[in-house]
Amino acid sequence: MSTPSNLPGFFSRLSIAFGALFKSLGDAEFAARVRDDGVGPTAAPAPATVPTPAPAPAPTPAPPPLRAPSPDSALQLLSLFQREARLIDFAHENLGAYSDADIGAAARVVHEGCARVLREHFAIEPVRSENEGSRVTLDEGFDAASVRLTGNVVGKAPFTGTLSHRGWRAAKVTLPQLAESHDARVLAPAEVEL
Amino acid sequence: MSQPENARYAIGIDLGTTHSALSYVDLQASDGEKAVESVLPIPQLTAPGTIEALPLLPSFLYLPHPDEMPAGERALPWSQGEETAVAGEMARSRGATTPIRLVSSAKSWLCHPGVDRRAAILPQDAPDEVPRVSPLTASTRYLEHLRQAWNAAHPEAPFDQQSVTVTIPASFDPAARELTAEAARQAGFAPTLLEEPQAALYSWIQGSGGRWRKQVAPGDIILVVDVGGGTSDFSLIAILERDGKLEPHRVAVGDHILLGGDNMDLALAHFVARKLSANGTTLDAWQMRALTYGCRSAKEELLANPNATTHPIVVPSRGSKLIGGSIRTELTREEVTSFITDGFFPRVEAGARPAVRARAGLTQLGLPYAQDAAITRHLAAFLARQAGATAELEGFQGRVNAEHSFLHPSAVLFNGGVFKSGILAQRVMDTINDWLYMEGAEPARMLEGADLDLAVARGAAYFSYARRGGGVRIRGGTARSYYVGVESSMPAIPGMEPPLEALCVAPFGMEEGSELELPGQEFGLVIGEPVTFRFFGSTTRRQDRIGDVLEFWGPDELQELNEIQATLPAEGRVAGEVVQVKLHALATDAGTLELAAVARDGQRWKIEFDVRTASDAS
Repeated sequence: MSTPSNLPGFFSRLSIAFGALFKSLGDAEFAARVRDDGVGPTAAPAPATVPTPAPAPAPTPAPPPLRAPSPDSALQLLSLFQREARLIDFAHENLGAYSDADIGAAARVVHEGCARVLREHFAIEPVRSENEGSRVTLDEGFDAASVRLTGNVVGKAPFTGTLSHRGWRAAKVTLPQLAESHDARVLAPAEVEL
Repeated sequence: MSQPENARYAIGIDLGTTHSALSYVDLQASDGEKAVESVLPIPQLTAPGTIEALPLLPSFLYLPHPDEMPAGERALPWSQGEETAVAGEMARSRGATTPIRLVSSAKSWLCHPGVDRRAAILPQDAPDEVPRVSPLTASTRYLEHLRQAWNAAHPEAPFDQQSVTVTIPASFDPAARELTAEAARQAGFAPTLLEEPQAALYSWIQGSGGRWRKQVAPGDIILVVDVGGGTSDFSLIAILERDGKLEPHRVAVGDHILLGGDNMDLALAHFVARKLSANGTTLDAWQMRALTYGCRSAKEELLANPNATTHPIVVPSRGSKLIGGSIRTELTREEVTSFITDGFFPRVEAGARPAVRARAGLTQLGLPYAQDAAITRHLAAFLARQAGATAELEGFQGRVNAEHSFLHPSAVLFNGGVFKSGILAQRVMDTINDWLYMEGAEPARMLEGADLDLAVARGAAYFSYARRGGGVRIRGGTARSYYVGVESSMPAIPGMEPPLEALCVAPFGMEEGSELELPGQEFGLVIGEPVTFRFFGSTTRRQDRIGDVLEFWGPDELQELNEIQATLPAEGRVAGEVVQVKLHALATDAGTLELAAVARDGQRWKIEFDVRTASDAS
């Protein structure tokens, strides 16, 4: 590979991307940093099950309370990704020890399984229906949560710019129901063959 | 039967060999051919303590070890306590790694005449401590699961108060039909039975939104080719015109062929496993299952996309080391073509017949799988056997030429997930059209717009609706004639069994609800002593009337079925007394055949098709 060794290769980036996905799902603070275009996981904050302290830059009134993430759904999703796509196995491997061919073979399992989980449990649709690269105009009052402005962000709406990513929106989420006593922290049971 | 007055819904159940599904029509919102129809998502365990609602219920039953799952992990939304047996997706996935606790293909066992189908014999290779279940119980479990799922979703319209249709292969014999109806009764409802190829046609009619009248015309003969997960089933349906209306008539059904899409995937997986083992890699049961799934998607991709030349298959490692431990191989277009297209659908001549090998003595212990994997050869045999199927049909006289070596279909309707591959459907069409061309006939056309996965359940719901007067009905009555064996009155010849004659007790094409009495002949039955008869069926002898006696018949004409048995209980009579009875045949509204012994005073006894001690008869 000709990339400098301090930059991650494709498969490492794949693994980082999945890591970021789950961290965003389980960790509101991390998600906020991603949204604010922070530089990513440097300090590894507290895991999902520990409630995160609210960030402090308070003006005068008390800050609006933050929603506490529910770890059960996140754990359930992780369990599905592990069952169908072996994602945790994949993310825990040290890629340095393997050739790209070996990694590619495993990536097929991960890709196919992830696609299946996404297809069966979510209805995911693009936020913008235009082709990427086309010019789009955002009228005043556009939804800033579903469209992010980048680059030369100055002036007033309507904004005209190039669509660089169409965005994704989950139109529907159907996660399995869990029995009352089910321990969602077991993402994959150990297997013992008798 | 099953015509509740206050039904709000017409329900159709596809009780499949590998998957079951439930579809329903809202009677209040439907009118004429406009039926408002939906598929019920079926809540089921997909993992311990995890419930998902899926459109299909895999027809697998898992009998877990008491210590296998924590308490509360195998409860369904409607269960009072722990389930002792689990049906559905988790059963299938668990069973792949613990096959000794998995019941599969219960439907194939239900129509296996060599075993006692009420006896707890499944799983077949389970050790003694695993509590086994009977094929009948397993089928009951699936139907019960569907009933509970319905009641949970529609508490305002209880299942047993709706019109319910359950589908069966057209090739099911009277005993298997009766057992299916019994499974439904044990599950708490009274069903109507419908043949699956007919259900597929109903679904096509309903899906066309009335346009089916433009796609078929009087004189058309539709061949339904239904290749399910575990069985292949053929039917011929002729289109008649009566009082200016098109009326489909089912004129013939095929034999029971235990061969389906799952056999193809499994065969392909074994082929790839052999390739791997030639390179020194052997797979365990868990990996075989992963390989089977991989082969299925590779097959579907290669058979759907004509430009793909290879498709990779990765068998993941069993341990947590995913990258180093996974096995990668691939399937090529040539392999899929030679194995699936040419192996299961070879381009044969119309005169081809399936190969039959003499079975070794012990094979009766397992399922009688088809010995020839070539579905096109089975199809050639079916069409040839039915060459005269329409000869007597109103409006078809003169269309059948005695020189035709097989019945000429003019349209083909496909059903079953296998035909999601356009290549396979095209191969069957090409093969049939070759046969037609050789006899100077017009090519048959393919009926478009079939829903391959859910057609049977949808068609069954539409049938439940149509038989309440709402839509098109397929006519035709029973698709076989039935005979009991009687010893001929010839003088005995030493060393030879007395020759057998076949007495027709139920003719071909009995309409539902009709009852016939065997004229003349009376039988003397002894009270309290079971009397057994040899029993035969024919899918081709349409002319025989009730009471006809056959002294000779061709080897293909009559198939021997399980023995039937009449036992006259001693109620109100003296044991040992001889009662003169006449045989009656009744084609019930529910789609089953009943034979009864009727005494002169009108007292009736049912004759059982499914005799418990069937195993010593063969």
